[in-house]
This record gives sequence, C-alpha cells and structure tokens, in this order.
Amino acid sequence: MQNNDLTANSANNEFVAFRVGAQEFCVDIMGVREIRGWTPATPLPHAPSYVRGVINLRGAVLPIVDLGLRFGLGPTEPTPRSVIIVVHIHQQVVGLLVDAVSDILTSSEASMQPTPDIASDMAKTFVKGVYAVDSRMISIVTLDSVLPISAKAAA
Amino acid sequence: MAEIRQTFFQECEEQLSEMELGLLAMDEGNADSETVNAVFRAVHSIKGGAGAFKLTELVQFAHSFETALDHVRSGKLTPTPEMMKIMLRAADVLSDLVEASRDGREINEANYAGIAADVKALTTVDGVEEVEEPIDFQPTVIDFGMPELAIEPAPTASDEHEYRINFAPRPELYANANETILIFRELNRLGAMQATCDASAVPALDEIDPNGAYFSWAVQLKSDVEIAAVREVFEFVDGEADLTIETDGQAEVSDADIAALLAQALGTSPPADEANASPAIAETISVEAEPEPVAATSEAVAEEPVAPVQAVESSKPDTKAAAIPTQTTIRVEFDRVDRLINLVGELVINQAMLSQRVIEANFAGSSSVVIGLEELEQLTREIQESVMAIRAQPVKPLFQRMSRMVREVADATGKEVKLKTEGEATEVDKTVVERLAEPLTHMIRNAVDHGIESPEVRLAAGKPAEGTVRLTAAHRSGRIVIELSDDGAGINRPKVRASAINKGLIPADMQLSDSDIDNLLFLPGFSTAATISSISGRGVGMDVVKRSIQALGGRISISSRPGLGSTFSMSLPLTLAVLDGMAVSVAGQTLVVPLTAIVETLKPKKSEVHGLGSDGRVMSIRDTFVPLIDVGTQLGFRETPTQPENSVALLVETGGGARNALLVDSIQDQRQVVIKSLEANYGTVAGIAAATILGDGRVALILDVDALVSKSFEETLVGELHYGTGG
Repeated sequence: MQNNDLTANSANNEFVAFRVGAQEFCVDIMGVREIRGWTPATPLPHAPSYVRGVINLRGAVLPIVDLGLRFGLGPTEPTPRSVIIVVHIHQQVVGLLVDAVSDILTSSEASMQPTPDIASDMAKTFVKGVYAVDSRMISIVTLDSVLPISAKAAA
Repeated sequence: MAEIRQTFFQECEEQLSEMELGLLAMDEGNADSETVNAVFRAVHSIKGGAGAFKLTELVQFAHSFETALDHVRSGKLTPTPEMMKIMLRAADVLSDLVEASRDGREINEANYAGIAADVKALTTVDGVEEVEEPIDFQPTVIDFGMPELAIEPAPTASDEHEYRINFAPRPELYANANETILIFRELNRLGAMQATCDASAVPALDEIDPNGAYFSWAVQLKSDVEIAAVREVFEFVDGEADLTIETDGQAEVSDADIAALLAQALGTSPPADEANASPAIAETISVEAEPEPVAATSEAVAEEPVAPVQAVESSKPDTKAAAIPTQTTIRVEFDRVDRLINLVGELVINQAMLSQRVIEANFAGSSSVVIGLEELEQLTREIQESVMAIRAQPVKPLFQRMSRMVREVADATGKEVKLKTEGEATEVDKTVVERLAEPLTHMIRNAVDHGIESPEVRLAAGKPAEGTVRLTAAHRSGRIVIELSDDGAGINRPKVRASAINKGLIPADMQLSDSDIDNLLFLPGFSTAATISSISGRGVGMDVVKRSIQALGGRISISSRPGLGSTFSMSLPLTLAVLDGMAVSVAGQTLVVPLTAIVETLKPKKSEVHGLGSDGRVMSIRDTFVPLIDVGTQLGFRETPTQPENSVALLVETGGGARNALLVDSIQDQRQVVIKSLEANYGTVAGIAAATILGDGRVALILDVDALVSKSFEETLVGELHYGTGG
C-alpha cells in the first residue's frame, strides 16, 4: 500500500519535498498519509533523542521522529511553520517532524542520480538517491530505518 | 446454502461442547438420565445436520456413537471407566470430523478406524453386532414436525403398557409455535416408540395453505409409565390437536377424560414452568433467523425446556440441568462489536475532553451544564460497561479444549491424568480468552508431561495412580486469576539449577532462593527435558508463555512443593480496552498508574526515608522497609532524585506479591482510561505498559508497575540505550 521503495517501476513518481535545516529531502507521496501542524508530544522514557515522543492522531498513538536529529543535522526547533509528515513505514504509522514542506515534485525514475559517494553514514543509511531540481539538490529519503531498532524489533 | 452450512457448523460447535460437558459429567459418575439425553441429543443433531449436507463419514461415525449412547440411555450399557475413555475419545474424533468437514479437508478413515471399532464394539453383545436400524434423515422444508424415527428395541418389563396414540395437529398448534418433533422426542423418552406419519391429507401443491396442518401420526409406544404421563406430553397442545390415546385393550379415552386428566396434570405443574415451557418468541426468532429445519430443530433443542417431563427433571437439585441455557442469543460478527467498542472508546475520550472544557470554563457546580455533564458521564460509563459485557465470554470453551489436551498428552505419555476444572462460568474479554489458549495449552502439556509422574512412580510415592491437573478461574479484585496446579512431583530444583548453570544462564556460584530457582523456568532457552519430546518440546518454552501472558497485561507466578506438585498462577485484566487508573504528575508529565497495583498512597516524612547502598533508598512503612523508586529518574524524565518530603509515595504490589513504593510529584485524580497501544506504531518501552489519551487530547503513558520495579529493569535500560545509539 505504501511505496517507499523508489526503485519501483512506475515511470513518473510524485514526491513530497521538505526542508530539514538547510537541506532538502523528499519522500514518495504514496507513503504519505497526511501533513499536519506541530503539537507538543509526550516524551517516551529511554527513547533515543530523535524520538520526540508520541501524539494523539485521532485516537491512535503516533510516535514523532525529529528528522533533523535523526539525520544528524541538529534538532528541529518547533515553530508555527514546522510540520509533521505522517507516513507509513511498513505496517506502522509514524510522524516526521520537519522544518517545512516545500513542494510536490513529479519526477521519473530515470532522472534519479545515485547518492554521491561521500563518507557519511547518514547518507548511506537514509538517502536512496538524489534529484536535481532547478539547481537544487533534493535527496530521496528511505524511511526503513527511521525508527530505533528496538522499536522495530518489537513491532 | 453456504449460509445454512455455516450455521450448521456453528451449531455443531455448540453441540460438541454440550456433548463434551455431558460426557465429562458421565465420566465423573454424575450421569443422570438428563445428562445422557443431552449428550445423545447433541450427537444426534450433529448426525442429522451432517446427513442433510451429505457428510457421509461424519454421519457414519456419529451414528455408531449415537447407538452406543442410546444403549447407555436405555440402560443396556452401564458406563464403566474404560467405556467412558472410549466415549471421550470418540467425542474427540467427532469434533475432528466436524472440523475437517467444515474446512472441506480430506478425511482419512484410518485415523479413527480404531476408535470407530471400539465404539462399535460397545454395542456388540456376545460378539454379535446388533442389527442397526437404517439411518433415516430426510430433512423437509415444509414442516418441522416430520417425525424423527428413533426406534429402540423394546425392553420387556412386566409392568409395561402399550399405547396407541393418534395425533393430528390442527393449524393452531403450529401457529402457537409448538413443534411436533419435540412432542415425539418427549414420547420417545418415555419408552420405545414407533411413529407412522399419515401424509394422505396433504392436498395438491397449489391448494396447500402454508399455515395449514396436514400431517397426522399414529404412534405405538411401549412404556412402563401411566397413561397420565403420556398425556402430559401433549399438555401444551391441548385443544390444538385431535388426540386419542388407547392402551392395553382399554377403551378409547373420551375427550372429557382427557380434559380432566389434563387439568390434573396442569395442576401438578406450576404455572412458571408453563411460561418457561412455551418460549414462543424465542423460538420464532430462531426459526426466522435460520429457516432450515435441521438447524432450527437443533437450536430449539438446545434452548427449550419444552415439556413438563423435562421441567420436572430439571427442577431436581442438579447442577447439570442448570447448564442448559435458557437465554436467547443472537449471532453478531465480532467486527461489528469491535467497531462499537472503538466508538465507545472515542466517546469516553470525548466526554473527558468535554468535562475538562467545562471545568476550564468555570461553571458553577450547580449549573445545569455541570449537572447534565455528570449525567452524560454516568451514561457513558454504563454504555461502556454494557459494550464490554458483549465481549465478555466465559472461559468454559477454553477449559473444555484443555480437557482434550490432557487426554491426548496423557495417552501419549502413558500416564493417567484427570483434569478438574472450576469456575468455568467466569467471564473475561474474548481477546483474553483467545490469546490465553496457546500459553495455557503449553502449560497443560508441561503439567502432564513433566509435572505428573508415571503411574508406577506415583503408586510408589503413595499417591493414587491417576494424577490430577486442576484448572481454576476466578474473579479477584478486578482481574481474572487462572490457576493451573498438578499433584505431581513438583519442580526438581537441583536439576533446574544444574540445567541453568549448564546452559550458562546463571553463574555456578549464584545464591538462589527456592522461588528464584522456580523462576528460572521462565528464562529464555531453558528446558529440563532430557530429550525433547514431541509433546512439550515444540520450541516454545515457559519464557514464551510468560511473554504471552505479559503481552495481555497479565502476570504469572509459580509455586511448587517437592513431591506435592506445582501451581502456576496467572492474573489477567478482564478487558484489554479500559483500565481504572490513578493519574499522577512526574516531572511535568502525566502518568497513569493502574489502580489494581496500588495498595495505598502515603505522604512520606523525611525521617521515614533511608539511604541504602550507593544510591538506593528505602521507605519505612509501619516498621517494614520497602524499596523506594523515584519514577522520574527511573524513566529518565529527570537527572536528580526528587525530595521525598515534596512528593507522594504510592505503595504498589507486583504480581509476585513484592511491595515497593513509587515516588511521584503529586496525584491528580482517579479515572478510567482507554488503553491505546504503543506497539502498533512504535514498539515496547521498558516500564511502560501502554498509552492513553487524556481529556486535553494529549497522550499520557500508563506505567507497567511490575517492569518498573523488577530487578532486571536496569539491564533493560542498558539494552535500550544500546539500541538507541545504533541504527
């Protein structure tokens, strides 16, 4: 039902582009359930720092991952412009805290470039590839390892 | 047709459980005639339905089983323990066959040929098998009253009378929801009967009045009862049928005589019975819902206390009769119930939010808004309780399955074991019942395989050869407590200890109390069986059992006395959806502590708190010292421990009975909260059982008191930190 795997065969995919710090990222729109404003989260004990806590999404308990901290780009300070992108990751629903949603992109798979080979663990873990859009670089994010391992193992 | 088929199998399940219940009662020697009849009826109904669906294997097996039961019923066979063993195993086979037929699986006759032969042998007298009456099941859609020709060889007693009964129902009989088949069944109970249906009055199809009555029956009954008893059978159709009863050359009884005798018969049976005995509405429902003669009939049998004969019987002080349910039921898909429950959950949250808004708006306590809201609150709670009651199920079916498990494992291991159950009527949430089946099955296997000794060893130890496994359920302070105990050898502690050391689970020089050793059984990777047997060693250990129980919000504890047996005790929440909790504040966060865990709340004085070790603290409560746990630091909400004199202590008791004091900043209130899963979208969090949503729409966490106070908590903590840095 979701399609985080950007190597899927469809010719043209749509992506939700967002900003974390100074960098731009995008995720496949098929995996995005909704986009909502920031509400204070209830912290979880012993959670990694990038798990901000949990919020109430119409009766369901939704964990919030600070993508800035997760990507090692520094914490995302929640402002009125901050948004939570609610995405499906496998069977789970997770909220991603980002600075702003910037765009909806339509792009073909062919125009995806492989991730430039740099010595960044973050890039290796989370970036599937990059798009060049109007001289900007937008990294395609793979969300499989956004949640902590312990949480995934228990799920 | 598929729907009718489904109904048939649903009813088969009910019949099977009725049958098993009755057989177990017979096995214990509590077999009165009604019990035997109930078992016979159940098997008979299954056979009848199976005939309608052309399930040949099922019909054949049910038939020979039924024949054996019939002999018991008529007193030709007296149940012996050996015979009951065969009967119980036949019951297992029958339920296997039903299951296989339901799933459309291939039936391999070789699998049950042995038992089928054993059952047949029961009715074989002196090597000569009795000639079986032909099986006659022609379900008819026109009339529920087609006679069921259960023919019994007549016992030749001297005081026997022969009755000839002519019975011609009038349309009113059917209009009043009476069923002729039930009358025949009652007659059949009085003695050997033979009924012939006269269908000559049935007009051509285009002239048939669907509400008409066209059949009449001539019945020959051999029985030792008086004529009044025979007439009593027809008591409820008085005036609704043309009836003559002749006996042993006596003159035909006049209608006036019948009326007099009927009045007499009615006089002897209290009016309450009469009201009970004609549940017209109930039967209409069942007929309308399942317009299928066989199914409807079997349903009616399960529900009705129809005739006075039975009513008199069941009024005897007899627990078996009480098991016959007299309530009417409807079948509802669980999805619908679950949807309703979710909606009610949302309603509860919404109502809490509304209450909070009203408090914030500062209405006067006597204002109509506040009063109206209080009423709403009460209604909400009542709705919630009613909805939860829909999901509640007795543990009886679960326990019944276990009795089969005990039989099978006992056979496979060559042991003699009896399962005794108590409190089967205890009700608990359906999900709890379902998810309890697997751990319980495993524990039963363990109890029989490892707990109970072989008959020789038992006899040598001065115990009866037959071991007893006892399974009990009871409600205790808002939870259900299920205990499984055996009278076996108990836990072999030296062996358990040695095994744990061998497997590297504990250091060789570790000091362990008896209960510590018992609890080693719950460690992952532990198994004492020298060879992995096909029964207990299926790759699941007691650690899995413990985890399943914990996943249900339950606790399991073990106690054992060498030579006397072991007891596993499980305490589970009644429902997985709501929880009575105490809302507390810790480091600016709201947490919910399950009320069931809290023994009392205290305001600690500085002098009552003592340091112990480097950073441990204990609190003295009436001269006993209990560990003091700072919830804030334990959960990592703050670095420095809080000052006890500025806090509130909650004295909590864990499943194992250990007492600890939890230090929190303040108590907010007591409330009922709707449990929301953390695992669904995140994962398990050490020390946290689940989440809930507060009146202001924020998420609050529900504490897992046991995990919070357990010694292994520190290790879990380390594990979490380790995971956190990975990835």
